[in-house]
Amino acid sequence: MSVFVSLPGRLAATALALCISAAVHAQSAPQSGGVINVAIQPEPPGLMIGLVQNAPTQRISGNIYEGLLRYDAQLQPMPQLASAWEISDDGLTYTFHLREGVQWHDGEPFSADDVVFSTDVFMRETNPRSRAILDHVASIEAPDANTVVFTLKQPFPAFIQAFEVGTLPMVPRHVYADTDFYDNPANNTPIGTGPFKFARWDRGSVIELVKNEDYYEAGKPYLDRIYWHVIPDAASRAAAFENGTLQVMPAGSVENFDLARLEALDGSCMTEAGNEYFNPFAMLWLNNREGPTADKRFRQAVMYALDREFVRNVLWNGLGKVPNGPFSSTLAAHDADLEQYDYDPDKARELLEEMGYDGAPVRLLPLPYGETWTRWAEAVRQNLEDVGIRVTTESTDVAGWNQKISDWSYDIAFTYLFQYGDPSLGIARTYVSSNIAKGSPWNNVEGYANPEVDALFARAAVENDEAARLADFAEVQRILREDVPLAWLLEMGQPTLYRCNVHDLITTGIGLNDGFKNAWIER
Amino acid sequence: MSFFARFAQNRGALFGLLILVMVVALALLAPLLYPESPWRMVQRPFLAPGELSGFPLGTDTMGRDVAAGLAHGAWVSLLIGLISTLVALAIGVPLGALAGYFGGWIDDALMRITELFQTIPSFALAIVLVAIMSPSVGSVVAAISIVSWPPVARLVRGEFLSLKQREYVEAARLAGLGHWDLIVRQILPNALSPVIVLASLMIATAILLESSLSFLGLGDPDVMSWGYMIGAARTVMRQAWWLSVIPGVMILLTVLALNLVGEGLDDALNPQLARQRH
Repeated sequence: MSVFVSLPGRLAATALALCISAAVHAQSAPQSGGVINVAIQPEPPGLMIGLVQNAPTQRISGNIYEGLLRYDAQLQPMPQLASAWEISDDGLTYTFHLREGVQWHDGEPFSADDVVFSTDVFMRETNPRSRAILDHVASIEAPDANTVVFTLKQPFPAFIQAFEVGTLPMVPRHVYADTDFYDNPANNTPIGTGPFKFARWDRGSVIELVKNEDYYEAGKPYLDRIYWHVIPDAASRAAAFENGTLQVMPAGSVENFDLARLEALDGSCMTEAGNEYFNPFAMLWLNNREGPTADKRFRQAVMYALDREFVRNVLWNGLGKVPNGPFSSTLAAHDADLEQYDYDPDKARELLEEMGYDGAPVRLLPLPYGETWTRWAEAVRQNLEDVGIRVTTESTDVAGWNQKISDWSYDIAFTYLFQYGDPSLGIARTYVSSNIAKGSPWNNVEGYANPEVDALFARAAVENDEAARLADFAEVQRILREDVPLAWLLEMGQPTLYRCNVHDLITTGIGLNDGFKNAWIER
Repeated sequence: MSFFARFAQNRGALFGLLILVMVVALALLAPLLYPESPWRMVQRPFLAPGELSGFPLGTDTMGRDVAAGLAHGAWVSLLIGLISTLVALAIGVPLGALAGYFGGWIDDALMRITELFQTIPSFALAIVLVAIMSPSVGSVVAAISIVSWPPVARLVRGEFLSLKQREYVEAARLAGLGHWDLIVRQILPNALSPVIVLASLMIATAILLESSLSFLGLGDPDVMSWGYMIGAARTVMRQAWWLSVIPGVMILLTVLALNLVGEGLDDALNPQLARQRH
């Protein structure tokens, strides 16, 4: 009998304790000071976010550079360098009012001229993804020092989603104007407007950022320093989190099979928040230009040969989702009725036979981002060999991977791409033929060209009627599913591990890439 | 006493030979025992040894049969050890012979080149070579050969320096034999026994080098090897220690066996020295 009495009593006590702790929690204001240590895997090739777009660069550089806007978990825009904005009723004019009193890290004032330079000159030249977005823009003007007006050629509803720091970062005009952007010495000591300044980079060891004392939001950031530690070995990274050396482990920095153990540690927290904007999608580039991968039947065979559920369960610990086509399931335009490519090696063999595949070896280029990716490449290779495709694996580092893909010198290559909240921003870039250009690993690298797909993406982008837009996207998904320009592997789960005394680490849908300006450590 | 009787006097050598024969048998039988690719994912991952019949050594992080990996890995390790040693001998023996036989500026030139290679730490050089050539069986063999020939050249040169003074060599020279015949038919056969001993140890070193390279992820990514197995299992030490330990023990045993056999060969080929030692 005593059990029945004491159990509710205990529950009440626990509830009371929870209330108290919640109350204490709510009252405690952010505390300034402290140093935070974060894992970065792998080491980024550079930190100048306008030039380098690799995931580890985007993860760090959101502290140094800023965009005009940020986005919450529902992908609604929030002020950043722009404090207010208006969109005209016809959807053609976007007016941004800039925050006043913003300075670059070198003390120069930030103004509308920098915005015009960044968008109209710098990003147009350096980033194919930004260029594709800015192709919708007829003119960018600065009527005064704190106002910028974008005039579009036609309505482009996705445009308001494009002002995140990785897509349209603000770069300093006074540093880059009339220089060779790629050769500018400032690329090694990046200068932005963000809450943290670049301090030092010991290659292979640590990247140090220090608090920007002149940051325009009073009192922010709270942290004094951020150390990004380059630790190539996953087990060592996990140990460093365990013993307290590292306080934040961004997604991908611990092996997936280690997650459950690390999450269960005392004072260890995990969240999947902050994934809403990017929603990374793992895929295999299939070279549509030459070799066996140029044949549609071969590419379909690859889709049937891959046991994607196995990889999700074994390598990703059940995190993420196997996609049914090119659109991730979180997008409004996703077509849930699209027929799935199930794991069916027999069907793959039939298709290979039908096309008369002669056993010519294909090269497989893994993504050098750590153990999970290496193992994944081994699984893919084995799946392909099981249906009779001969595979040779090429090993390379991140720079070599960028290079090979940019030069189209691959047959099958791993990658993962961000979705950027809207198909016109995150997905069209991978399939439209106007985005085929050597020199970038992030555009239409596979060389897929289909006028029908081009037309549908183009029409949907400028369509103001939501139903018509969705219909166009559904048609695109049907065609792409049939043509398999590339192999869709997984909508990746993105867990962030952190010490529970770190607060407000992730406050937007951009996640850690949005920087640490709100983060603080409770002592 | 016959050669084998002398060899058998060293119990350790016999033991080593036994292990070596078993490893070679495993390597040769691998395609029969495990006709499927060792990369195939055949069962649940992280099966402990003996947990499921048919998988005596369990499965790795991806559900691949560890026993199959071990057997196929034996083939790769031994093959790379043997071929790279042969290549190293093919470089080291002629260079050492020429330097020792001719002496003078030829000796100087060849020995300076040898020293150049000896002064660079061999493992670091091997890593650089494989990284430049991009990892494959060929580049791994080439890298191991390039870092392991200098001791051979040194040894052969020493033997030639001492042997070329011998009376039988003088006699052969007076009989009108040319340089080629003197080197290949008179001196070299008598210089071979220490080279054979060295070669057996070099195979062991080569296997270690290959394993270390694979451990670091610089092995041929398409080839299952013991070093790769350890490297891939290193991050799961806590969950599944046996995945690293089993191939580790295989490397240990094989290298130990080769060293014991090398010692036995030394005894058998140099009976006088062996008797003094015992």
